[in-house]
Amino acid sequence: MKLANDKVTSLKKAVTSFVRNGCHLSIGGFTINRNPMAAVYEIIRQNITGLHLYVHSNGQGVDELIGAGCVAKIEIAYGGSGKFAATCIRFKKAVQEGTIQVEDYSNYQMTLRFLAGAMGVPFLPTRSSLGTDIIAKWGFPAAMRCAEEKLPDQKLIVMDNPFNGWSGADKVVLVPAITPDVTFIHVQKADRRGNCRMQGLTFADVEQAKAARHLVVTCEELVDDDALRKNSEQNQIPFIHVDAVVHIPYGAYPTACYNHYDYDPVYLKAYAIAAKNDRLFKAYLDSHILTLADQQGLLDLVGSERIERIKADPRTGYAADLDRR
Amino acid sequence: MDYTLREMMTLVAAREIRNEDIVFCGTGISMLAAMAAKNIHAPKCVMFFETGAIDAKLEEIPLAVADSRVMYHTSANGGLLDAFATMQNRITGDLVIGILGAAQIDKFGNLNSTVIGDYFSPTTRFSGSGGGCDVASFVSRSIIFMQHEKRKFVQKLDYMTSPGHLDGPDGRAKAGLSAGGPQLVITNMAMMRFDEDTKEMYLDGCYPGISPATVLEHMQFTVDISRAREIPPPAAHELKILREKCDPQRLIL
Repeated sequence: MKLANDKVTSLKKAVTSFVRNGCHLSIGGFTINRNPMAAVYEIIRQNITGLHLYVHSNGQGVDELIGAGCVAKIEIAYGGSGKFAATCIRFKKAVQEGTIQVEDYSNYQMTLRFLAGAMGVPFLPTRSSLGTDIIAKWGFPAAMRCAEEKLPDQKLIVMDNPFNGWSGADKVVLVPAITPDVTFIHVQKADRRGNCRMQGLTFADVEQAKAARHLVVTCEELVDDDALRKNSEQNQIPFIHVDAVVHIPYGAYPTACYNHYDYDPVYLKAYAIAAKNDRLFKAYLDSHILTLADQQGLLDLVGSERIERIKADPRTGYAADLDRR
Repeated sequence: MDYTLREMMTLVAAREIRNEDIVFCGTGISMLAAMAAKNIHAPKCVMFFETGAIDAKLEEIPLAVADSRVMYHTSANGGLLDAFATMQNRITGDLVIGILGAAQIDKFGNLNSTVIGDYFSPTTRFSGSGGGCDVASFVSRSIIFMQHEKRKFVQKLDYMTSPGHLDGPDGRAKAGLSAGGPQLVITNMAMMRFDEDTKEMYLDGCYPGISPATVLEHMQFTVDISRAREIPPPAAHELKILREKCDPQRLIL
């Protein structure tokens, strides 16, 4: 599968093939940038439930998956959407009402955990969080961890530096590897075999991608087979990691995609209002996700004028002078 | 000249940033403080984001650390691994000054940005650490932004997300953290520092028109006020740059 020549498929099919109720999933992007939103919306449309979600600092994608009732457990460093929601609203509500279980890590720890998964080692060390409640308090109780095969028995382990103080550290924190069943990322360019080129910041997408058993890539541009073979030092993910490629222009909308479009402040503000109220949020889910066929349906609903407004300016890669109030 | 307390906070923080600093910026007011410093007196300071962007040219204020605006005209666009390694590595980490915020702070500068109430059934859930705990663990100097309220300056944190001086002078060393810790707390009323010997917070200065007694009324714990001075208000040129160049749409201000 990973060596196939042509992995292009529909989003519907990719989600049906790789996302099961209760599976362990991770999504790329960071707060309001390059979240694989089209994939998030398709997961919601397919009514997937009981997901175990892994993210570092995710915003919009996480909040919509939680709000739609897809998520049972989450391991996370940060749930926020920048100025639009300092704390993700449905995430906040779900934790306060006890409808999801949360395990807190730091951003670096989550990133190292994905890297450990990508490297095939059981853990990696860091000096972050020593002395804090991130170590002392476990969101997932020990009994639950021991009972679940797909979870390590411990959240974190503090250990004396086995190299006797080498590098000036007396203690290290060991963070356990993550191997998601499936990771979804959205990239600027991919070819039919799955070679990927991201532009701007990569966040932890590369580690999330390489840690996963299955990787689904959605892309702004689907390019010819030879295109990414030129200047291939600009590629981050070679095709051997990829299971499916889906071409979806505006696949990160309403979050941003560097060099293509900005986040849509109108959308994110309206979302924040709807998310605060159960009735409005249900109406939002219906009108913006469940009754639409695909991402193109969402773009049609929003209208070309708004899409035009967020188009990236070629000099800066974002929509300069966009009204973001 | 009229100014808001938010403008004052931003500029008080900006004044602490030097040309030779690599400034770790979070979302919101901390980014604005770094932008103000860069435009007012420290043009060479480097703005640095946990998302992996180094030395971005900010023509507009980003609304998140992952905003595409931080990706423009950088020295390098990397990822989270690069950013946190830069801080954990002592060679570069000691050049970084962190700017953080939180929902609660204690007298040793430890921070809570996770929950209010019991961790297992919180009354209020916040965003969580993000990179906050990493920055607080790694960098040798940091500035903390807080609103001066009794429920925020607490005897005991509901959850310790990010380490300050932990339980006092030897706290960090005992826990295995590198030296350093928070240097400054900047609020809407005052500026606090940490005593060299005890690592406890003390009042360094109040904003014009605010008395040390008023500051103490807005805290659950008492701090030494004997060293307090009056902090000069924003100068006209500082305000002009902040308003016209850094945040003309008043997105953060």
